[in-house]
Amino acid sequence: MALLDSITHRRTVKPHRPWPRVDVGANGWTQAIDLLTQGRCTLLGLWGDAPMVHMALLASDFRDIAVVSYACEDGSYPSVAARHPPAGKLERAMRDLHGLDAVDSPDNRTWLDLGFWSVRTPLGKRGKAAKPKPYQFLPVEGEGLHQIPVGPVHAGIIEPGHFRFTCNGEHVVRLEQRLGYVHKGIEGLMQGASLDKAAKLAARTSGDSTVAYSFAFAQAVETATQTAVPPRATYLRALMAELERLANHFGDIGAICNDASFAIMLAQCGILRERTLRAAEACFGHRLMMDAIMPGGVAHDLTADGIATLHALLTEVRRVFPRLVELYDSTTSLQDRTVTTGIVKPDYVRQWGTGGYVGRASGRGFDARRLYAPYDSLSFDVPVREDGDVNARIWIRIREVEQSLTLIEQIVGALPAGEIQTPIKTIAKSCEGMALAEAFRGDVLVWLRLGAEGNVERCHLRDASWFQWPLLETAIEGNIVADFPLCNKSFNCSYSGHDI
Amino acid sequence: MRRSLLDSLHGPLTEPAPAPDAAGLAELAKAVNRAARARLGRSLSIRQVDAGSCNGCELEIHALNNAFYDLERLGLRFVASPRHADVLMVTGPVTKNMREALQRTYHATPDPKWVVAVGACAADGSIFAGSYAVEGGVKDVVPVDLHIPGCPPNPRQLLAGLLALLQKVA
Repeated sequence: MALLDSITHRRTVKPHRPWPRVDVGANGWTQAIDLLTQGRCTLLGLWGDAPMVHMALLASDFRDIAVVSYACEDGSYPSVAARHPPAGKLERAMRDLHGLDAVDSPDNRTWLDLGFWSVRTPLGKRGKAAKPKPYQFLPVEGEGLHQIPVGPVHAGIIEPGHFRFTCNGEHVVRLEQRLGYVHKGIEGLMQGASLDKAAKLAARTSGDSTVAYSFAFAQAVETATQTAVPPRATYLRALMAELERLANHFGDIGAICNDASFAIMLAQCGILRERTLRAAEACFGHRLMMDAIMPGGVAHDLTADGIATLHALLTEVRRVFPRLVELYDSTTSLQDRTVTTGIVKPDYVRQWGTGGYVGRASGRGFDARRLYAPYDSLSFDVPVREDGDVNARIWIRIREVEQSLTLIEQIVGALPAGEIQTPIKTIAKSCEGMALAEAFRGDVLVWLRLGAEGNVERCHLRDASWFQWPLLETAIEGNIVADFPLCNKSFNCSYSGHDI
Repeated sequence: MRRSLLDSLHGPLTEPAPAPDAAGLAELAKAVNRAARARLGRSLSIRQVDAGSCNGCELEIHALNNAFYDLERLGLRFVASPRHADVLMVTGPVTKNMREALQRTYHATPDPKWVVAVGACAADGSIFAGSYAVEGGVKDVVPVDLHIPGCPPNPRQLLAGLLALLQKVA
């Protein structure tokens, strides 16, 4: 049964592609929340478009997607988080950015607005910022507890964010995150931007997932304007996406082991990562492949030399990687740190709709690649485990590396001939598009509305991290402080993608 | 067992370092202090601060530690605290939310110190300039001695910039 069959709606908004968007009243909004609480669907996104609130839903069998929209007549809407906690941070962000208020929200604290902006609700009715109230962390009570504040500036070469640990001896009793430090106002800059500028902004939402964001943004524009992209461009996009996945998974596998003081894996995986980035540069002109995908196609064609480079990369990875996997698997002192550390409960992953290796290591097999071309004509497995610990998240990455290698082989083998770009179709009136792309850490969502002139009116970007960060707070509970870097790296959530 | 797993996986990988960046040398010519040079010798400790980057620059800064670039052979190393650092390597357009943290990190770094602004955003905010949430380039918040351009700069560009710094100050 389709999701919208259970939701009373007034009208279907057109044109919104490829999935339907409907206007609902209080009744339909409540029914949508009912579906979430019953586990019949997960929250795919919740964002403001003042005076509207949009909620994207993904059916639990991953076969249906729909967007329901509620008009906030007095600047407020019934809170989703009051009954479905995964919406909590999204509602707080929406209040900060759009000034839209969730009625009966369980948490009225700010989230992205840390009190340093000169404007209030920058994406809604702008006002002068008021003097910020001191941020209250959640209370923790008990004898012998102490707090460890960490960040926003951390000890490594990583992004900024604040972690507030409450500990009993070595054991973490509660972790509370405070993020928002790298909020750049990307969605504000998107408003009115040309497609060219907007694509560049999307590509810089989270640098490690630049290909995935460009892919999703381009797909959203193309589906909105009904522009058909040449098949060769679609294949090249997937090739870039798999190279990006390989590079990041190599980096992560090495870095997780390094956080257990097993530096040789970092050194060895770092070599594979560097070789992957060099292959990407040889094929597409940029190590991270930034701006290599744009609406209408791709910027660089793959040459015969590029294909030879890719074959050499595959040969080298297949020679080296299995030995590193064996090294990981046979080092008991390392396994002692990763096995049973930082367990994420399968129930949480299902409730939160958590994507990527965090979800797949705890039994949720969603992979957005099942939804778009060219993956429908490629063969690959989505590895899933149930154990949900740091070790499981490493193994999911290992299996995904193997899948990416076969995907690259298939793509190069079946690469269609022809053009790599097509102009975006001009549109007569405003239209909306939405797309998902599977980044290395999970699904990213891009939703946009183009104006009749072809500029972006509103664009929302939702990183996979939104539904992963909160589960890191649960994973560390009862673990020792020294295992936090290990847990954190096994998640490797994006700060920039989350803070937008 | 472990030995046989990794034996002869790779030959030597470390590559010759690039020449110091000429533009960087010119920018630094102003900032050199002879006394500081004597004190530091040929080594610099670097503290990296992400003041709002998309994390692309961080990926390439990380790469400086891999076997191909091997930053430490040149006397450069990353340290965990600004209190241990000679150089702050700052990325990103400085967001309003990070302005204070960056200033506090700068003041926590002992003199003599240098600030290297890495990437297009760190120069002037780049594509994020003009946002309600962005302060601008790093120089709008703390004094900058050297800019390394690029989006993101690749590891060779980063090395060339750092070598210019090493040549001038250490």
